[in-house]
Amino acid sequence: MAESEHSYHPGRREYIQIGVILTVLTAIEVGLFYADPPPAVAIPVLLALTALKFILVVFWFMHLRFDTPLFRRLFFTGGILATIIYGIVAATFYFGGA
Amino acid sequence: MTTLAERPSASRSRSPFRRPLAETGLGSWFTTVDHKRIGILYFVSAMVFFVIGGVEALLIRLQLATPDGQVLTIDQYNQIFTMHGLTMVFFAVMPLGSAFFNYLLPLMIGARDVAFPRLNAFSYWVFLAAGLFIYSSVLLGGMPDGGWFGYAPLSLVGGDPLGYTIGDATTTQTIAGNTVAEGQRMVFYSLGLQIAGIASLASAVNFIVTILNMRAPGMTLMRMPVFVWMILIVSFLMLFAMPVIGVALWELMMDTSFGANFFDPAQGGDPVLWQHMFWLFGHPEVYILILPAFGIVSEILPVFSRKPLFGYTAIVFSGIAIGFIGWGVWAHHMFAVGLGPVANSAFGLSTMFIAVPTGIKIFNWIGTMWDGRLRLTTPMLFSIGLVAMFTIGGLSGVTHAVVPHNWQQTDTYYVVAHFHYVLFGGAIFGLMAGAYYWYPKATGRLMNERLGKAHFWIQLVGFNLTFAPHHILGLNGMPRRVATYEDGYGWNFWNLVSTVGAFVIALGVLVFIINLVISYKRGAEAGPDPWDARTVEWLTTSPPPPHNWDQVPNIRARDELWQRKYPTQGQREQVRVPAGGSGELEGDVAPGTTAPTEGTTGATQSPYTISDPGYDKGVRHDVHMPSPSYYPLIAAFGLPIAAYGVIFDQPAGFVFYAVGALLVLGGLFGWVLEPPTDPSAEVAHQ
Amino acid sequence: MTVDVHSPESTADHGHHTSLGISNTKLAMWCFIGSECLFFGALISAYLIYINERADGPGAELFDIEFTSASTFILLMSSLSMVLALAGIQAGDMRRFRIWIVATGLMGSVFLAGQIYEFTVFLSEGANVTVSPFWSAFFLLTGFHGVHVAFGILMLIAAWASSLTGRLRMENAETIENLGLYWHFVDVVWILLFTLVYLIPALGGGGS
Ligand SMILES: [Cu+2]
Repeated sequence: MAESEHSYHPGRREYIQIGVILTVLTAIEVGLFYADPPPAVAIPVLLALTALKFILVVFWFMHLRFDTPLFRRLFFTGGILATIIYGIVAATFYFGGA
Repeated sequence: MTTLAERPSASRSRSPFRRPLAETGLGSWFTTVDHKRIGILYFVSAMVFFVIGGVEALLIRLQLATPDGQVLTIDQYNQIFTMHGLTMVFFAVMPLGSAFFNYLLPLMIGARDVAFPRLNAFSYWVFLAAGLFIYSSVLLGGMPDGGWFGYAPLSLVGGDPLGYTIGDATTTQTIAGNTVAEGQRMVFYSLGLQIAGIASLASAVNFIVTILNMRAPGMTLMRMPVFVWMILIVSFLMLFAMPVIGVALWELMMDTSFGANFFDPAQGGDPVLWQHMFWLFGHPEVYILILPAFGIVSEILPVFSRKPLFGYTAIVFSGIAIGFIGWGVWAHHMFAVGLGPVANSAFGLSTMFIAVPTGIKIFNWIGTMWDGRLRLTTPMLFSIGLVAMFTIGGLSGVTHAVVPHNWQQTDTYYVVAHFHYVLFGGAIFGLMAGAYYWYPKATGRLMNERLGKAHFWIQLVGFNLTFAPHHILGLNGMPRRVATYEDGYGWNFWNLVSTVGAFVIALGVLVFIINLVISYKRGAEAGPDPWDARTVEWLTTSPPPPHNWDQVPNIRARDELWQRKYPTQGQREQVRVPAGGSGELEGDVAPGTTAPTEGTTGATQSPYTISDPGYDKGVRHDVHMPSPSYYPLIAAFGLPIAAYGVIFDQPAGFVFYAVGALLVLGGLFGWVLEPPTDPSAEVAHQ
Repeated sequence: MTVDVHSPESTADHGHHTSLGISNTKLAMWCFIGSECLFFGALISAYLIYINERADGPGAELFDIEFTSASTFILLMSSLSMVLALAGIQAGDMRRFRIWIVATGLMGSVFLAGQIYEFTVFLSEGANVTVSPFWSAFFLLTGFHGVHVAFGILMLIAAWASSLTGRLRMENAETIENLGLYWHFVDVVWILLFTLVYLIPALGGGGS
């Protein structure tokens, strides 16, 4: 409850706008998939679109943009830590000397 | 704050049980949500597991005392060395840390309890349930026998890859059924540790929220005792490390019980993935085990040196640095796996780096003692013991970071020597120091000093007798984890010495336990502050009342209690304020601050309340402590029951799944639906 | 760091009583979500590591992208209805809250039903956890996501029911906010999974 006094929550209109954008991005993803471009093109674009959707949900629907920075730090500590360590593990499988 | 208006009628209670409201008696221990009592439960349970793990260690040492040992069969040896590791790591040292976290955290930050008292009780019961579950394997086909590290593919074959226990195989048949692998032993391992992980995760969340959000007025982060900082770092490590091992254990269980192929090379799986996952968790786990002891020592050394902690900031930040770098070193456990020169060099370097913040701590502790007026009490002796023994273990750890050197040491007793120097010489010595130091706070009585010192010297000698020879054995090529060895390798003498040492340690631990027991009734009265300590947990009575403080202390300094006792007042010389004396300290209840003095029951406590606790006068009626609850216990014990569903054949398995799930979900729902503080309890208080 | 600290009078977690001025439960929820990042990260990385370990079994060609796109869209929209439910309860409009919370639960259930259907199709086409590391990792990853959705649906039902009995009122909007955080997180994970698990491996008309 305390946050509602001193932090901004987006309203209904904004939520619906985000919902529309998410729908469009998903449509582009699926459309891109069926357009069947070479993977070297498709994969980066798909990843970028995914990241965009991710950011939209996390920052608006989960209010990270408006909430205390501590929550952002907690979430991104987890996310970035996971990306780095599992990335290194995966890298040892792809490029490892074994 | 008054709740009279919404005092509900009895009909509002939806619980199938009457709420347990008793705060004394045996039954109340099962429903308590008081952090202090949970801390005591943790301590007692962990000591029981510590003794069990210790007996297993003695069996190991008996077996290895002479070549071709016949004390244990190979199969028994495998179970016992596995359970020794599991017990000590997950059911002794970690919960001993939790015992101190629970008991002390709210007291040290000036809170009345942790943020989520029932979740706290849940953590304890889940830990206990996990321990009982793993040990129930004794009756169900044998204990886990793939090592605490559970390396695939050994852990996949389950029980008995080489057929040592043909006799026992028939007994496992009656309980095994739906599995691909023969035995269920490593299923107990994967399920039991998953359950234990839930406990750690829950308490990690609880402690983080408590530390960040429940501090007393004025208790800024940089005024927190170092021990609280270490709890915070350990909690973050658990928060992020437990899910890693959780997934790995699920994958292992999928492999052993449901025929999945995560780690089975025959099907394209890769055992190295298990090693990555295990050590991704395993190395942070090392710090989960050792940092609580570091925190304890950082509290004790200043008190018995009569000096402030040297380099508080450096100790805090080196702790944080350990917390971060600790995530980047896991592959030093895998140098011999064949990750390639790039990975090996990188992880060798990062491992050497992590020695730096640890070294900073050692120097700070020495700096704290330097030129201090040392009082060599038992807690102080154990703390100094930690500094010395951990340094030896840390140095042998650095030698592991050198990859070519590591290849010589991998899987030898040299590694066993190293990690016992850091985990026994470090963690256990630190935790025992803490036990001697805070025992009077928890019981109101001091532990016997003479027995304590005897314990210390016996244990120090026994410890070095046991583990120093392992260095030599390892460098002479004795492999670890072997159930026996042949004559003629030159290992006989040092193995015998090590076994003798192990029994000396056992004697020391026996003295410790006797001391714990007899001091409870016969120890000297402690009073609130027997050690002339520095931090605010010594401000309240020993033992503290259920609500910890009549009045939450207002914190203005790192060594808050010390500042109250010896205010500088402009003079250089510190003068002790007479006990119960006036509190003419600047800024104590200065106008304008929000000191919590709104209690209407008079008797505003003196800011320096050492011998004037005045609790009778100052009982606060507006403090509502959370009420006891059955639900944490019920939800917790649903977990192992559901886990037996994997162990047992269908249809019995389904019954276990169903009953377990029902208990967990029912417990959680009851928990959510009951108010944290029972309304009738509030009425009763008034 | 600590502004305006008050005494934590009781263990009740009203944000304005805490050291940081934020609520205990919300902080706990974010800690939990941070932890979940490593949980799903481990599952995703296992899948990516084993993406080519098919042991002569079937591969990504079994994926029905049209079907999965539809259920992805439904889960995405359930996130939208979740925030609308939150906006409802924050405005004290319990009727609106109930409409949207039920909508969220329904869409979650449709998603879950779709996943169960998809699993049965894969099983009938010869894919299961024992076939290959690829399918082991696939089923564990998407299965765990499904368990998260199912648990979320249970909590949505509980929230809806307790708003009917009057237990859940406008004052408890933060409970719904926390439930929403969980629900959105599960959705965010699916956003990742849709691309990493389905689209990318199935690129070029069925992988391999
Ligand atoms: Cu390590």
